[in-house]
Amino acid sequence: MDNFVNLFNAAVLAGAPLLFGTIGEILTEKSGNLNLGVEGLMFMGAIGGLSGVYFTEMFAGSLSSSLLVLLIAILSAFLCGCFGSLIYAFLTVTLRANQNVTGLTLTIFGTGIANFLGDVFSTSSAGNYMVISNSAKLAFGNQPILPFLARLGEDSMFWNYVNRLFFSYNFLVYLGILFAVLMALFLNRTRVGLNLRAVGESPATADAAGIAVNRYKYLATVIGGGICGIGGMYISMVTAQGVWIYNCVGGRGWIAVALVIFATWGPARAILGGIIFGGLTILRMYVPMGIPIEIYDLMPYVATILVLIFTSIRQSKEHAMPKHCGLNYFREER
Amino acid sequence: MTQTDQIAVQMTDICKSFNHVMANDHISLDIRRGEVLALLGENGSGKTTLVNMLSGIYFPDSGEIRVNGRLVTIRSPRDAFALGIGMVHQHFKLVDVFTAAENIVLGLPGGMRIDRRALAKEIQEIAARYGFDIQPNKKIYDMSVSEKQTVEIVKVLYRGADVLILDEPTAVLTPQETRKLFAVLRRMKADGKAVVIITHKLNEVLEVSDRVHILRKGKYIATVNTRETTAQELTEKMVGRAVSLAIERPEPGERKLRLAVTGLSCLNRDGLPAIDDIDLELYSGEILGVAGIAGSGQKELCEALAGLYPLKKGSIRYYPADGGAGEELAGMPPTEILRRGIVMSFVPEDRLGMGLVAAMDMTDNVMLRSYYRGNGPFVDRKTPRALARQLIDQLEIVTPGVDTPVRLLSGGNVQKVLLGREIASSPQVLIVAYPVRGLDINSSYTVYDLLNQEKQRGVAVLFIGEDLDVLLELCDRILVLCGGRVSGVVDARHTTKEEIGLMMTMHQGKETAAAAQDEPGFVEPTFPHEEASQAKTAAATQNGEEGRA
Repeated sequence: MDNFVNLFNAAVLAGAPLLFGTIGEILTEKSGNLNLGVEGLMFMGAIGGLSGVYFTEMFAGSLSSSLLVLLIAILSAFLCGCFGSLIYAFLTVTLRANQNVTGLTLTIFGTGIANFLGDVFSTSSAGNYMVISNSAKLAFGNQPILPFLARLGEDSMFWNYVNRLFFSYNFLVYLGILFAVLMALFLNRTRVGLNLRAVGESPATADAAGIAVNRYKYLATVIGGGICGIGGMYISMVTAQGVWIYNCVGGRGWIAVALVIFATWGPARAILGGIIFGGLTILRMYVPMGIPIEIYDLMPYVATILVLIFTSIRQSKEHAMPKHCGLNYFREER
Repeated sequence: MTQTDQIAVQMTDICKSFNHVMANDHISLDIRRGEVLALLGENGSGKTTLVNMLSGIYFPDSGEIRVNGRLVTIRSPRDAFALGIGMVHQHFKLVDVFTAAENIVLGLPGGMRIDRRALAKEIQEIAARYGFDIQPNKKIYDMSVSEKQTVEIVKVLYRGADVLILDEPTAVLTPQETRKLFAVLRRMKADGKAVVIITHKLNEVLEVSDRVHILRKGKYIATVNTRETTAQELTEKMVGRAVSLAIERPEPGERKLRLAVTGLSCLNRDGLPAIDDIDLELYSGEILGVAGIAGSGQKELCEALAGLYPLKKGSIRYYPADGGAGEELAGMPPTEILRRGIVMSFVPEDRLGMGLVAAMDMTDNVMLRSYYRGNGPFVDRKTPRALARQLIDQLEIVTPGVDTPVRLLSGGNVQKVLLGREIASSPQVLIVAYPVRGLDINSSYTVYDLLNQEKQRGVAVLFIGEDLDVLLELCDRILVLCGGRVSGVVDARHTTKEEIGLMMTMHQGKETAAAAQDEPGFVEPTFPHEEASQAKTAAATQNGEEGRA
């Protein structure tokens, strides 16, 4: 049981950045924009979040409030993600550039600029490390969030497991789950969510119904990109513990894109998918099977292919990619 | 009733051009309350462009629009709603994965959450007032074309439109559904709404409208009161000269069994039967029409016959002209069929997708039929080029030359290229799917003439049609499809639109269809067994009514 709890903890922690990337991309794709730049956006968020805290500390001294640290990290990562996806939105919505090419370019751009800046900031700092203070790191640490439950767990095995399985993570994990739930409610229950889905399914219909198609596309893409950025920040702050590591995102953005398909475009299903894919990425450290690392690494992709096979056999009209996703819309085309 | 205060919308001197082509050239139009106005014109005459400027899709280059006497600027569909103008587009603007109610409420202002129960109630109220039949919680992808249209109209009414514009509303409906729609339109008219229908079908104009506004090539021609006009007059105004509206139907030549299809079944992509147990016999020297609501299996039937669609079961036997034994074609790819010396030509519905390569020029497109001939690695371009030139002369194709990409040609000319190429290969069987869709009157008659020529040459022609009037006038026999099954074969010379319409909507017992095939003579026009035929159709009619009761 302890082994399982450890594996589950590790899966959740590895899955959280994927979850952010996935729900950010789901929001983007619901507006009909297939943004393949998630990897690049996560890189930008990773360097953005780290730099935000690093430079605040450099100029204002060590930050004592964990809340403030979190706020700065989230905000700067979010804004960096927004900036990246704003480039994407401008190119595809306003200039009507090809979405696939733009997304791939954004990945290359984001990866390059993050690694470049990370390098520059590292070499110019003491000890060649771009690292935040230990007190700031505490803000991203895993800790029991319900103290009374932790106290209960001291006497009872059951509450001990409950506490460790569900209530012992860092703040960002809960934020990710909250985002996913809110987004599911937003998309399925609200008027604006309905309009957004219409834009992704059939922009001509949305347009004829008086919905400002371009505004929806811009907002969804930019906010979605910002959420992807928070996922990147998670990697540099939680996974890498506040130190810039070269190439730290390392393909997680692509796994997030695959996870969108796995979750069949449902934010709530992305929570489960995030844990499963997170588990697959750290499996080799917890379940040694004596097979090459590369085999472990490709497991998330194998899972994605399996999901693709199942969904195409089922041919469900509901749990599918928005019909107009990947295509640009302009009104006067006849 | 004075006319001035009845005017809901007034358009004056509207001009709109696309790429230096005047789509609307100083057109004026007034739409009155409590009246059905028909906007009549051929394809490309600028009808849709004109009303799209009312619905906010396009913005006029010049001219003014007044709504209720007030000068307005309509920049977007939202502006149009605000002025009470609603449009039902020819290609429905609905989101497939949404319910009817979700589509209706789409884009409207209101609280963050949608009160679905209240919404469903409001929709039912509108439906009851005008006599619609609608299920608010049904998904669009589960709906028939007619149901989708109902959703579109209710959507417009829900938004409080007083001016309703319907673009080609009957193109996809059966005669029965059309009648239901017209009843609804009359009720709207009585309710004081202004209704505009865009159409090129004269009989519908005469049936439902009060006034007719005729456009030709982007110019205003005339406005006439429906009561004071005739189909002939309207046609002349629409086309610009006297036209004979009758479609020729030469007597069939020597009739010989050419293609016998038995028990043909195919599945669609969802694994459901697209066509189910189809039996048909196609004779040389006749045109067999196929009628049915859109999506009743016409496409699959054509493609299955041409060897382009996987069969589940069934047989397709081909009997050559020299009277030899039949040959089984089922399961053969088109190249294999061709190798046996059988030329089966297929003019698909999707001309620029499946029939021609849009970006290639005429020579290359013609070559698609001959590239495999000849020896050596190089293709012969001379022969197809000469053929392309010949087609341009013979069929009066309007094009800058054989080197112009076919996508730049107008719809009628594209169809002439395609049909010309297929006919030039001297087919024994010619399958044409919706050959006059989107064509103007002149091009349509050229197509009918070409088909009749082929028929007289002894070709077996299968004609998939949508306009029942055309099917009735052109074909020798008509096979009616309903939900992928044959609901009957009738003699086109002795049947009515109503009869076919009824067969299009009912699922008959299999016995009737099978029985019809068991007696090949029963619908034969040359020595008609009329009594038998009529008795059969009468029985069919009865079945249908029982089925509905």
